[in-house]
Parts: sequence; C-alpha cells; structure tokens
Amino acid sequence: MLEADDLAIFPVDKWIQGGVEWLAYNFRPLFVAIKWPVESLLHFNESVLQAVPFPLFVVLTFALACWLASLPVACFSAVALIAVAALGVWADAMTTLSLIITAILICTVIGIPIGVWSARNDRVWGIVRPILDIMQTTPTFVYLVPVVMLFGVGTVPGGVAVVVAAAPPLIRFTNLGIRMVDKELVEAGHAFGADRRQLLWEIQLPLAVPTILGGLNQTVLTAMVMSVVVAMIGAEGLGLVVLQGLGRLDVGRAAVGGIAIVLLAMVLDRITQALASSRKPDARRKASFASRAFRTLFSSRQQEEMKPEEPAARSA
Amino acid sequence: MSERLRVEGLYKVFGEAPQKAVALLQNGADKDRVLSELGMVVGLDNVSLSVPSGAIYMIMGLSGSGKSTLARCINRLNEPSAGKILLDGRDLVPLGEAALRDVRRTRISMVFQHFALLPNKNVIANVEFGLKLRGVAPAERRKRAEEVLAVVGLARWAYHQPHELSGGMRQRVGLARALATDADVLIMDEAFSALDPLIRSEMQDELLRLQSSLQKTILFITHDFQEALKLGNRIAIMADGKVVREGAPEEIVLEPGSDYVASFTREVDRARLFDARAAMAAAGGVTEIGGARLVTDAAMADAIVVDGEMRVLGALSAADIDRLRGGASAQSLLHPDVVCVPADAKLIDAARAYRAGQPLAVVDEARRFIGRLTPERMLAEISAQPPQSSSTSEGAPHA
Repeated sequence: MLEADDLAIFPVDKWIQGGVEWLAYNFRPLFVAIKWPVESLLHFNESVLQAVPFPLFVVLTFALACWLASLPVACFSAVALIAVAALGVWADAMTTLSLIITAILICTVIGIPIGVWSARNDRVWGIVRPILDIMQTTPTFVYLVPVVMLFGVGTVPGGVAVVVAAAPPLIRFTNLGIRMVDKELVEAGHAFGADRRQLLWEIQLPLAVPTILGGLNQTVLTAMVMSVVVAMIGAEGLGLVVLQGLGRLDVGRAAVGGIAIVLLAMVLDRITQALASSRKPDARRKASFASRAFRTLFSSRQQEEMKPEEPAARSA
Repeated sequence: MSERLRVEGLYKVFGEAPQKAVALLQNGADKDRVLSELGMVVGLDNVSLSVPSGAIYMIMGLSGSGKSTLARCINRLNEPSAGKILLDGRDLVPLGEAALRDVRRTRISMVFQHFALLPNKNVIANVEFGLKLRGVAPAERRKRAEEVLAVVGLARWAYHQPHELSGGMRQRVGLARALATDADVLIMDEAFSALDPLIRSEMQDELLRLQSSLQKTILFITHDFQEALKLGNRIAIMADGKVVREGAPEEIVLEPGSDYVASFTREVDRARLFDARAAMAAAGGVTEIGGARLVTDAAMADAIVVDGEMRVLGALSAADIDRLRGGASAQSLLHPDVVCVPADAKLIDAARAYRAGQPLAVVDEARRFIGRLTPERMLAEISAQPPQSSSTSEGAPHA
C-alpha cells in the first residue's frame, strides 16, 4: 500500500534553505538598504515616545483625538491610556506604539503611490493585485519565516514584518477609492481640459480621501496585530509581555499584556475610524464636536432664510 | 447666422476594431448587421450636422439613439471612429492631447445631467474649476466666478457647499461653471432632465433669458420633444445612431416626414408652438368708402377700418357697411373694440385675448394690420386639420 510519506522524496526544504541563504548572501546590501529606513525611523519614534512624559502624552492624545474625532473618543482615549499605565506596561506599550507608527508612516509613503498607480494603470494593477492577494491570504505567522532568514531577529526585523503585513489594505483601498470616483466627475474634469496631474490632484485624490482613510484604519489594525505576533522573532513590546507570560505559564502577566493590547488597539481604531467617516463626501468637513453643532445650527437657519428670497433670485 | 460647428460623416462604433465596422456601415449595412457580424455596437452612423453660431441646437432622441454619444464626440470625451468635427472650420478629430485640452479649456464647455459638481469644493470653487485648470491667477478667477454666479442668480450662495443647494440651484452652478470659461460652444447633456418638471421649466426660461444676452452656440441634448420645441432654434431628431429629421421646430411639426417623428409631433401642444401669423387669413386690399379705409374679407361680412398707415381704427359690421354706402359718417358707425394680437403671439395667447363678438386683428411689429384670426382658423391650426377641409372656414382671398 502506498503511504503518503513515501512520496516525500523531494527535498523542498533544502532547496528553499539553499535559495534563501544564497539570497541573503548575495543581496545583503539590498536587505540592509530595506532595513535602514525602518531601523532609523523606529529608533527615532521609540526614543521620542519613551522620552515624552506620561501626563503630557495623555494630554496630547486627548487633544489629537478631540481634533480628529470627537470629545467622547478623546475621553475614552485618555482613560484607556491611564489604564495601560496602571497595568504597569507603559514602556512596552510605547515600544509597540512606535512599531505601529513606524509601519503606518512607511506604509503611507509606499502604499498610497502604489495604489494611485494601480488605479490609473490596469497593467500595474494586474501585477499588484495577485501580490496583494498572496500577502493577505498568507497567515501573519508565516511572514516571520522569510523575515527571520533575510533580516535576522529583533525589533527592527519585526518592524519590517509589520510594514509588509500592513501595507496591502492601504494599497487596495487607495486603488478602490480612485476607481470609485463618480465617472461623471472624471468626465467633467476631462471636459474642462484637465491633464492627468490635474485630474489626480483636483478630482480623484480629494474624492478618494474617505476611502483611503478607511484603508488607513485597516492598516493600523493590521499593524497592531502584527506588532504583537512579531514578539516571536524577538521584537519587544506588549507582544513580548504576552509571550513571556505564556512561556512561564504566568497567566496573570499574559492577561495584563493582552488587556493593554486591546486598549491600545481600541484607541487607535476609534481615532482613525472617526477620521475616515468624518470625511465622507456628503458629510460636513471634519470639525470639532462644538463647531459641527454650531455649523448645523447656522446652516439650517440660513436655509429658512433663503426660502422667501429664492423666487426673487430666480425672477431677477 | 454663420456656421460655428459642423459635423461631417461622423461614425462611432464601440468595439475592438471600429474601422471594420465603419467600412461595413459605409457599404450600407445597418446597426443590427454590424452587431451580428462583428459583435460591435454602433453609436453613430454617418451623422452630419451644421450648427449656426448663436443658435440653440437641440439633439433629441430616445435612450440608445446615440444623442449623448454625439455630444461626447464633439469634445472627444468619446473618440469618433471616422468623420470630421469642424469648429470654425478646424477639424477637432486629429488634434493631439495638448491641442485638445486647449480646445476644451477655451472653446467648448459642458453641462452635465447630474451636475457633476465637486462635493469637496464650495460653489465658487466649483465655478472657478475650468479657469483653475487653465492656470488663471486666483484673484482673477475669483472675480470672474463671482460675475458668472451673479448672472445665474446665485451670488449669495458662493461660499456654500453644493450639497446644501437644491437640484435646480446645483444645475445653475453647473451652468455657471460652463459659462465661466467663456467658451463659445456649450454642450448641455440632458442638463435639465434630472430636475422636477416645475424647476425644469423655470431653468428652460432662465436659459432662454441668458441666451438672449450671451449668444452662445448651444448643443442641447434631450429626450424630451417638448423641451426641444421650447428651447431649440433647430432640432435634429436621432434614432439608431442616425439623424432622421433635422429642421426648425415648426417645420418638423408641420412635416414630420416619417411615422417615427410623427409619433413625437402628435403629442405637441400646437397652440403653444404656432403663432398668430401661421393661422391668420392675410389681409386683402384696402377699399375706400365714404372717406373710410376698409379692409374687407370675402369670407367675413364685416370689415376692419384702418388709417393711412394700416393701423387698426375699429370694425364695421355688414349692416354698417351698407349704411356707410348710404352716406352715413364712418366715425359714428365705427366699433372701436377690435382685439389686436402681435403676429408672433402664440395661438394660446391669441385664444386668451379673444372676446366673443369682437374681431381679432393680427398686427406686425409696427402695429400695421396684416391679417385676421377667427376661432375656426385657430381651432383648425391647433387640431392640425387643414383649414380647406373645414366647412366653417372658407378659403380667404389671398393677395
């Protein structure tokens, strides 16, 4: 009887091992070059975040959330951050946050241009799309294999893994956002003589902003997940707290790490989600809670005011 | 009027190899054969038009007739497969990208069915859009946009967002945006079709008002024959990618030429289309009796009394004419109540002016008497029955 294991005659593992070793050996400068921006940005972010005093950070987050989202989100963010500090994992949380911020910055710089290019050129999208499909169907855990082989272990290779995992949603949403722009509006751009650059900056990008921000929200969440997973290849942060807790069968310690991760993720999600939804085309432009209420009041009064005057304007 | 825009033998075929389809069409194949043999959809099949400068030229057709394709070929939003589009004698079809952009920025602008306003920009920024693309300095384009907004009656709304405006107001913004570039050719693609009937009619009046001072060459696409009649100086009716009838509105209603066109003209409110001149019996010669100048009519026993310059003074009944012959004074017999209507008044207005027992006189711009209207003649014109077949309206003695 033929056993499945009898077929295991191809030394695929050896081939891959050899291939990756060859890559790592011959393309060393390339991988160093890829690692360099991640490394420097990561170090910069981490040193800034660790240096900012805790109360100042809470106040800054509150202000930022108030400006970008709303007062309730700002209150929630402040409370969540204080809770993280109370759990005693503040330094780890800041390391994780610096990993996420680094990933978001790099993803934005790389992802949006790739998304724009894909949207305007079907051939590019034909190449980019299958790559994104592979990247997104690959479990985050599997990413770690090539990353360790090519970049080694530690926080910086972890950063590379986070960037690679978090980029696809932003590219996808940027592409989608630009393709979804109302055909009549693009036609209007052409009809008034817009060239390709004007079409992009005057019509396509501004109208794709809500979708792109939706993609940014997805990217933030993916980066959050990945920043925890990369603890397995030695990246520091909240993920490491969980991993160490599990390793020592210290359930309490692992739970503390887990709770802090959830709180941080919720803060990031609420802020970026509010950012995306306040830019919906028909909604009022992003405004603080108070000024939005004020504007609503103001415009409804003007609309009432307009009614008697409208026929006059028409007959004029 | 000189010619502004001329379309010659224009073809548009949607498909991979349009030239093959064009060759087939030029050999006399029709739309269905091209579809079955080559699998390509014919948008335009040998369309030729001549649009006079300063006219509102209506392109009317049902959906799928190719009217929007034609409009989009004019500014090459759709690339024509074959043929010529001459703007002041210059063919737009072979133009390169830069030259085409220049034409779109300065010569041809467009108004869209669903307004196509940028939702992220306020009203005035939308109006400035074309000027911004052209690279006009901010202060200058703001000034121009304010002027144009005042023209369409939206000056107060300059700093509002488009979503705060009603449909009719949004389309005014669309119109202002098209006017701001000072292009002399305006393509209006179903511009009023998305508006409710009342607002639509208001916008039509507004367009006619603006056009009387702006004198743009407007290519107006519509599926509404009434709209075409109301706005158009000329109408081209399209079906299956071809122009099936072209002419002035009254010409088309009088002579539809085919059952297809007749199916639109049957529904026409002729009382609002035809004027008094079309229905009147032209005035005959003047006879002088006892010092009074009378214009008599063989069909009617009474007469209209005019002065030396053919201005209407009053009417005389048949009995009065006999008395006048008997030596009575014209002054004492004259009935002054004659209703005068201008020659270009629509029949509906003439009918409203009519009073029982009072003659209807048609006068020209100088208020000279040129003919008479009777209820019978008006009814005959409105119901599209030739007056000859009507027993109550005998042939008038035409001069």
